Amino acid sequence: MEKISTLMAFSESLLEIGAKYRNVIVIDAGLASLMKTSRFATEFGDRYFNLGMAENNMVGVATGMALKSKIPFACSFAVFSSGKSWEQIRNNIAYPNLNVKIIGSHAGLMAGKDGVVHQALEDIGLMKMIPNMKVFCPADYFETKAVMKYMCEDFGPCYLRLSKNSVPLFYDDGYKFKAGRGHIVKDGKDATIFSTGSILNEVLLAVEMLEKSGLSIRVCNMCSVKPIDSALVLESAKKTKNLFSVEDHQVEGGLGSAIADVLATECWMCSLKKIGMNKFAESGSGYDLYRKYGLDSNGIFKEVKSRI
Amino acid sequence: MDKKILENLAAKLRLDTLVAINKAGSGHTGSCMSCMDILVALYFGDVNGQKIMEFNPKKPRWDGRDYFVLSKGHAVPALYSVLSEWGFFDRSEMKYLRQVGCLLQGYPNIKVPGIEVTIGSVGQGLSVGVGLAMAIKADHEDRNVFVLMGDGELQEGQCWEAFMAAAHFRLDNLVVIIDQNKLQLDGACGAVMNVSPIADKLESFGWKVIPAVSGHDIEEMVYAIDKAKNIARQPVVILAPTVEGKGIPFAENKSSYHGVPLSDAELEEVKKELGLSKLVN
Repeated sequence: MEKISTLMAFSESLLEIGAKYRNVIVIDAGLASLMKTSRFATEFGDRYFNLGMAENNMVGVATGMALKSKIPFACSFAVFSSGKSWEQIRNNIAYPNLNVKIIGSHAGLMAGKDGVVHQALEDIGLMKMIPNMKVFCPADYFETKAVMKYMCEDFGPCYLRLSKNSVPLFYDDGYKFKAGRGHIVKDGKDATIFSTGSILNEVLLAVEMLEKSGLSIRVCNMCSVKPIDSALVLESAKKTKNLFSVEDHQVEGGLGSAIADVLATECWMCSLKKIGMNKFAESGSGYDLYRKYGLDSNGIFKEVKSRI
Repeated sequence: MDKKILENLAAKLRLDTLVAINKAGSGHTGSCMSCMDILVALYFGDVNGQKIMEFNPKKPRWDGRDYFVLSKGHAVPALYSVLSEWGFFDRSEMKYLRQVGCLLQGYPNIKVPGIEVTIGSVGQGLSVGVGLAMAIKADHEDRNVFVLMGDGELQEGQCWEAFMAAAHFRLDNLVVIIDQNKLQLDGACGAVMNVSPIADKLESFGWKVIPAVSGHDIEEMVYAIDKAKNIARQPVVILAPTVEGKGIPFAENKSSYHGVPLSDAELEEVKKELGLSKLVN
């Protein structure tokens, strides 16, 4: 089965949108070779800038370019692009609603062996809290491409969360993405698992095991964490009662929290188990960390199975 | 350019600013006073009839304009006075500075006609100016970006990231003016965290440095800015020594007036001092 990371999909997509939108500009902060932006740099040299290891300045430069009607993509590892320049993103970009796209790659435990300092597990929360900011976390190659297309057509700031691990293709060329719209990957009646990002692969493997044990599981891919698809959350809650969220992120402030907010706001009583991190991890390969912290298919299977 | 007219204008705009801050009940008195003459040079100065900075109050987003970035955003009431004098917005807005529902926010906000960049804490404006200057070059346009910074602001690391980038990209369409009032909220910049020698640091960063004698000599400022605009292949910084609280004798060089309004009594005293009581209603 063909596998590709959402980061590589982003890299390919940049070439397509670069050709289509003359005002797209790509800015790096000294991690260009890892952000896979070099192909854009080669193809569109006059619209590519490496600002060096200076993320705050990168975000400021992106602000200036957006003020002159460019669509800047400011790229770095998720832990830096979301965390290091948070105030600049909030005050210079989100508050005046500028058309800057913040890209955070190597997100979550999948950042792997560099350890805790490179594993962004709080970035969704950091970005989600800021008014005007949208947060997208695509699951596969085709969803990443669809999100990138949407980002260019949509006006306003957003945060795109990418992973470096290769995952199978769940969608195809015809997939259309819309902010605030979740997608039912497969339907079921005993429980719903909400997933965001490439971890969808582990969720689907876990669901295979759950179904073999006689359960029927609905899987919702929530690429758009903000705005969240409230209608899909409520409809799933009414239909399946048992809800689970799975994310390569802290359970505080991420997808699970967004779903809990919807349920609480609508006064809908049901069980929601948030599967994710609630601590710092350690160095190790991404998949070893998934196994240790219960985010691999087996861990997800056990957690869900024990609750229904 | 008539030097005397500009000096009188600066005195009037100082008073407009002080009245607005007093009415608002909060704001940065000292910082606004130190940069007022620089703002007047930028917005009202000309050399042989040629404006120092291109802009159109009737069309604030006119695409031939130069950009002005107020990086020391806490001095925005001084800029509001200048913009209202030009008619970017109705001068009655000055009465509602910092009030709920007002146009004129406590820090620069692009919703205000004439304000180009929304600024939070100090240290951010130059990076945005660099982005604007790069975008102008990418579009092969002949427009300038002016950034006004404070000297205390240079304690922020982001400034130096931006200084480095501007020289790296040879942004000769970028002019920075540093309002060297030598004071910050906590006291003297040199005592809190020394930023000197600024000229040596910026030269070693690849900038052309123009040291001015006084940031309160409007004529000198106009000619320095004009010179800066015409230097090729590198960004230019004008070091403008100023006095915090300039124009208010009892507040000059006092950090205690950095971030507070004048009291009603103090304001009356200043009106008499500047001889402009008739202009204020």
